[in-house]
Amino acid sequence: MSDNKPVLELRNVDKSFGPIDVLHDISLKVNKGEVLCLLGDNGAGKSTLIKTLCGVHKPTNGDILMDGEKVTFNRPRDAADMGIATVHQFGGTFPLMSIGRSFFVGVEPTKGWGPFKIYDRKKANEVAVKAVQDFGITRIDDGDRLIGGLSGGERQSLAIARAVHFGARVLILDEPTAALGVKQAAHVLRIVNQAKKRGLAVIFITHQVMHAMAVGDHFAVLIRGSIAADFRKGERSREEITDLMAGGETMAALEAEIQT
Amino acid sequence: MNMFSIGSFVRRPEFGAILSLIAVIAFYVIFGGVNLTTMFGAASWVNFAANLGIVALPVGLLMIAGELDISIGAMIPAGSMTIAIISGYYELPIIVGIVASLSIGVLVGLINGIISVKTTVPSLIITLGTLVAVQGFVLGASVLITGNASVALDSPQWAKTIFGQLIGGNYQVIIIWWFALTIIFAFVVHKMKYGNWIYAIGGDKISARNAGIPTNKMIITLFVLSSTSASFVGMCGAILFNSAQVSGGMNYIFNTIVAIVVGGVLLTGGFGSIIGIFIGALTFAIVNQGIYFTDIDRNWSSLIIGVMLLAAVLMNNSFRHMALTMMTKKKK
Repeated sequence: MSDNKPVLELRNVDKSFGPIDVLHDISLKVNKGEVLCLLGDNGAGKSTLIKTLCGVHKPTNGDILMDGEKVTFNRPRDAADMGIATVHQFGGTFPLMSIGRSFFVGVEPTKGWGPFKIYDRKKANEVAVKAVQDFGITRIDDGDRLIGGLSGGERQSLAIARAVHFGARVLILDEPTAALGVKQAAHVLRIVNQAKKRGLAVIFITHQVMHAMAVGDHFAVLIRGSIAADFRKGERSREEITDLMAGGETMAALEAEIQT
Repeated sequence: MNMFSIGSFVRRPEFGAILSLIAVIAFYVIFGGVNLTTMFGAASWVNFAANLGIVALPVGLLMIAGELDISIGAMIPAGSMTIAIISGYYELPIIVGIVASLSIGVLVGLINGIISVKTTVPSLIITLGTLVAVQGFVLGASVLITGNASVALDSPQWAKTIFGQLIGGNYQVIIIWWFALTIIFAFVVHKMKYGNWIYAIGGDKISARNAGIPTNKMIITLFVLSSTSASFVGMCGAILFNSAQVSGGMNYIFNTIVAIVVGGVLLTGGFGSIIGIFIGALTFAIVNQGIYFTDIDRNWSSLIIGVMLLAAVLMNNSFRHMALTMMTKKKK
């Protein structure tokens, strides 16, 4: 790490919608080349937190800092321009578009001049295929293939490769493994690791403790809109984390209940 | 991967359209005893296809983007009545009528588009509203101004040459417009980035917006294009026939939708092609007008159209499925 300032930091962020407080006093930081796992059960406020990070919502109180400087996102585009890329559960891809086209959606490479600038399909396909292959997905070799023909894991990987290619510095992954099988999930986790090695700051949102443990350096557990625990890799066991997510000792209690 | 493969051909949206076209012609030849040279030499179905095709192009694009515009049914008479009232009844220069006619298309398109992007109301309902409203407005205004539901129009020669002459006595000049517009649309949609944007909007509007595509602007533009092209078709009709009526145009709503779907566009958006829409209009016109060249009683034509529509939809569905699964197999 060249500088010690976290790439993205939240300081005492509150978010409320009218009278309903969704997030209370959230402070988080994520460094370059580090994976921050954000764990939480359904309804813990994960989605609201992501939306705050990527510019959909503005915090009611508190600050967002990038490289130690205060920033304000008025819309998702602002966050994207600062290098924050969000990959959603379903990859944000277009099933009936080709890999090349969907990779470059919104930033299509063109050739030619003036009003006759045409979409450069060959270049788009080459770049897209190379970008995903660099992430170790060698099964994608034809940029004309439709996204709908890819597996869920490959779609996620494509979306991550896309974000990295377009210069993302912070990668927010919203439940990337939730809908995937074991093998596909492992595939995505490998890609996450790759992204981390390339020096990205990754925020990995999940409720699958196993997946989080596999890639995370730093963990934060969110319960009812507050950070219930904040620890580094190896400081807690899997059971402890699961219990925390479920809101305390309930898991152990449940197990005890079943055994008796 | 530049080699021609069946997979990549089947994957193309117009594949189903070409099959429908061949099937329809084969059906007429086998069961209708149609003489192909007479039929292809006839102007009636080409004229029909051109009028339909010009409207089908932008409406098809809207459908690819996941929207629908049925107000075109009222925009065709609106376009022809506007020019007839201004240049026929008030005898203002024809150019004023042309501009007014196209402007009313732009205006209604803006209304459709803006309501569509500002609300979550489905565009079918919005354009149903504008359809009925424009219809009422045209009838009311026409009767109020002229006291009549039909207005005569006398156009100067230059306007006739460009918008409403018969080439070789039978072929409407609008056919040339249809070809030219198809080429322009095909270029913009398939060769420029805008096409990509339309597909992305139809595929997943939120992701498209997140990717930085001006989705609202695109949708409004498409609505403007569709209602303007409908008023254009109406205007050309008025110039050609020297008169305009308040009624008519309603058939276009269903005809365009059938043509577009037969042309391989997915009703739910995200998939389709300009060539497909072109062929779809052609196929529809052959079914609708070609029946006059067969021994088949023309009362059956709606039945054929209905069956063709269902067959096309089912075929498109299974081909798309095939295209997707073929891809997964290939990579093993």
